[in-house]
Amino acid sequence: MNDSLPYTTIIGLEVHVQLATRSKLFCRCENRYGADPNTLTCPVCAGLPGALPVMNRSAYELSVRAAVGLNCEIPLFTKWDRKNYFYADLPKGFQTSQFDLPLSQHGYLDISDPKGEFSDKRIGIIRAHLEEDAGKSLHDEAAGKADSRIDLNRCGTPLLEIVSEPDLRSPEEVGIYLSDLKLLLEYLRISDCNMQEGSLRVDANINLHLPVDGELKATPIVEVKNMNSFRAVQRALAYEAVRQYEQWQESGRCLGDPGVTKETRGWDDDAGVSRSQRSKEESSDYRYFPEPDLPPVVITEAEVEAHRLALGELPAALRTRLVAEYQLPEGDADVLVNQGRPLVDYFFSLAGAIDDGKIASNWIQQDVMRYLSEVGVTIDDYPVAAEQLGSLIADVLAKKLSTSRGREVLAQMVSSGETPQAAMQSLGIVEVDSAATEQLCRELLEANPKVVADIKEGKMKAVGALVGQAKQRNPNVQPQEVRDLCLRLAGEM
Amino acid sequence: MAIVDYTATELLERMDSRDLTSRDITAAYLAQIETHHGEVNALVRWDAEGAMRTAEAIDSRRELGEPVGLLAGVPVVVKDNLCTSRHVTSCASRMLANYCSPYDATVIERLKAADAVILGKGNMDEFAMGASTETSAFGPTHNPWKLGHIPGGSSGGSAAAVAASMAPVSLGSDTGGSIRQPSAHCGVVGLKPTYGRVSRYGLIAFGSSLDCIGPMGRTAEDVARVMSVLAGNDPKDATSIAGPVPRYEMSCREPLDGVRLGVIDEQFGEGLDDEVASKVEMAIREFEGLGATVTNISLPHIRYAIAAYYIIAPSEASSNLARFDGAHYGYRAEDIPLDEQDGPLVAMYRKTRREGFGEEVKRRIMLGTYSLSAGYYDAYYLRALKIRRLIAQDFADAYKNVDFLIGPVTPTPAFEIGEKMEDPLAMYLGDSYTVGANLAGLPALSLPCGHTAEGLPVAVQLQGPALSEEGLLQLACAFQQESDWHLMRPELTKAE
Repeated sequence: MNDSLPYTTIIGLEVHVQLATRSKLFCRCENRYGADPNTLTCPVCAGLPGALPVMNRSAYELSVRAAVGLNCEIPLFTKWDRKNYFYADLPKGFQTSQFDLPLSQHGYLDISDPKGEFSDKRIGIIRAHLEEDAGKSLHDEAAGKADSRIDLNRCGTPLLEIVSEPDLRSPEEVGIYLSDLKLLLEYLRISDCNMQEGSLRVDANINLHLPVDGELKATPIVEVKNMNSFRAVQRALAYEAVRQYEQWQESGRCLGDPGVTKETRGWDDDAGVSRSQRSKEESSDYRYFPEPDLPPVVITEAEVEAHRLALGELPAALRTRLVAEYQLPEGDADVLVNQGRPLVDYFFSLAGAIDDGKIASNWIQQDVMRYLSEVGVTIDDYPVAAEQLGSLIADVLAKKLSTSRGREVLAQMVSSGETPQAAMQSLGIVEVDSAATEQLCRELLEANPKVVADIKEGKMKAVGALVGQAKQRNPNVQPQEVRDLCLRLAGEM
Repeated sequence: MAIVDYTATELLERMDSRDLTSRDITAAYLAQIETHHGEVNALVRWDAEGAMRTAEAIDSRRELGEPVGLLAGVPVVVKDNLCTSRHVTSCASRMLANYCSPYDATVIERLKAADAVILGKGNMDEFAMGASTETSAFGPTHNPWKLGHIPGGSSGGSAAAVAASMAPVSLGSDTGGSIRQPSAHCGVVGLKPTYGRVSRYGLIAFGSSLDCIGPMGRTAEDVARVMSVLAGNDPKDATSIAGPVPRYEMSCREPLDGVRLGVIDEQFGEGLDDEVASKVEMAIREFEGLGATVTNISLPHIRYAIAAYYIIAPSEASSNLARFDGAHYGYRAEDIPLDEQDGPLVAMYRKTRREGFGEEVKRRIMLGTYSLSAGYYDAYYLRALKIRRLIAQDFADAYKNVDFLIGPVTPTPAFEIGEKMEDPLAMYLGDSYTVGANLAGLPALSLPCGHTAEGLPVAVQLQGPALSEEGLLQLACAFQQESDWHLMRPELTKAE
């Protein structure tokens, strides 16, 4: 892939995920987005003198679950460290994080491209560790002199930082990695992974490897921040690769050259450019040391194993099962699994009810998912139970009504909450018995001798006109039945 | 005998028998404070009205026969680094000169639940950094025994308040000796409990892995009674110890038979004042007379204790004090100069911290910041942690052979105010005998055992294994039953 490029792009990601715990990491304040500023605070998360942290064990357990899902090793002993730096939204002057003994390390995430543009790939996970989120500074950008405002609601929200190996080779791979990671975290109920609300944030480290005279050169590593959607991450990295190549052509500067430091650049999605923020040389020394206020955390082998057993079926396994057991195309399996486990469960019920996976998948993708995206709800709020939809599809399969009439019935069921039978009744749909259909066909054939003649000459398409007329005279007729019958009767004429 | 000369235990007896009311008692102590504040400067602020209201409320409950707490009606002074939801909690710093905590420290809640009457806040070295109470932003506290001398520190105000009869008991905090050393210099009993025995929630942190809150009083029995109130698990402090708490004031009078005392060899060498040495040796003989067996014990790594302590405590302090930056509460500098390089936020931090902190606090923040910096961490902080483990092991080994350790609290009696302010190293060496217990997280008690020719108190230090506070208090109680150092009072100037 990208064989045409004169360089290989090397990318590693740091993903921060806010955990969906009820309370914060070190105090009992509610962990919730969107409250009025500074209403979800207490002496602990506001960093008041004398206050002390107490770990919320459920945040640790949730992190272990995520780490197990990422195939990480879980040390039985982990500890907290202080990362010291000054910033207005960090009221203690340090962030409680994990430095040398993280809660998990050495994992991986297998990614696969549904479009098949690159082969399946294993992305290494260096570590996943837990830390507390900072508050938010709200700057008045209109005037440089205006006061900044600080909202401490987010302070102490549990954050899982997932650091990948530099195993990603293109913005496209990054996109797949991020959506697979997000899906896994959603399946494991770790986080709602909402990038708009900041519950999933991505920083990227990127440089290029270039073969020069048989030697491999590497451009200086750049950390790209401030990317607020997966799309922005991909755009920023595509931009950065080109920028680094151009800069290298210009300066020839390589990683490890004297004076080369790690640069941080901020992505401006509107302008489509990144801007240098600071070089790491000027950045602070965080003076990590063990957090004296928190005892180390221990877990047993048996507890880790219990997490492993409780993982359930993860997205990759689910995709494989949909293909193997329900004969779905990989693309279908991918679409369904990406919607999350509740939709897949809906699929299982529906496929079971009609005993056909592909048809169930078609109906879900064409009808159910369209409704969900138009209305903006999840499958949990979909008004038609899988059993009801199954019964409707069974009628369609039995040719009691056409697919398009079936769609009308489903729309009626969605809006009224009626059963398929009641919905059909509301729409005036009654089954036309075969005698009535035959009678109708005979009348149409007699009224259209030209069509009969065409058919006899082998122009089978001519029958379409009769199907159209039949639907006008009785919308409840089955078009396929009319078509077959007309052809047979014309032949007999 | 005047009301202010009674012990807390005696005051409680007199309140129970209705000979005295908390109102009488509180008024007497407040009068003592008002009269002698100018000489001693033991308290940074007190609340006469609030104290009297509390006293009256407790009196009426006692009158009605309602159940009352273990310290019902007893006045207490608490160190100014303990957060109180009423009035200012300043740590004797300009940085927090007007800071009001929205909550009570756990020990304050416990005192209130025990119906104690909190009189006010004890003066201290700024942020508990010092051994003389000279670094207070509110001026030094004077030793009630000799006003030109320091009372010790950092809990100098709490110790001087008891010595000057401004309160029968008080609370201090001890990070490297800050309860025991001022107790020794002021001639009162001070207990530094096992790390975690008393909740630190609401204690404004200095060295979090070393900080302990503890009681001070004239008698071991009073100290035991306050300890019964303070001790216990606190779900708000993750380093707090679980498990049952003894009723120390009930057990402290029980005799301790066949106690084995170990004399710490390393603490009787160079640097120990002759007069102090001889008083401590006399105390050791008195313990022998009480039936203790005495052997000599070596703590081979204790000579590195000061070096390790002055890496670990400042390192933690540099992080703990980062929050005082002017952004959220406390002092904020005005007229921030425009700083081209760092911008207005950093310029505000700089000026605020330069003006808000005193010299000693800044010195320790710099020491700690340096020790934790990249390139120095392994050579300083990490090695200090290794020494800390070795010292803890020394104590553990010692307690295989003896029950308690005995030695001096301080190398010298209280020095003169101003004498060591220009020589921080000499000041730090004054902590030589006390920091070991903090590094190992073990309990230790300072017990008055004599006076120098100049009339300055001298004390003996008793140290024990984890959770041996009961034994330490029993030893101290037995000693006080046979001696009368705790009955002596300094002569303060009469009110004009």
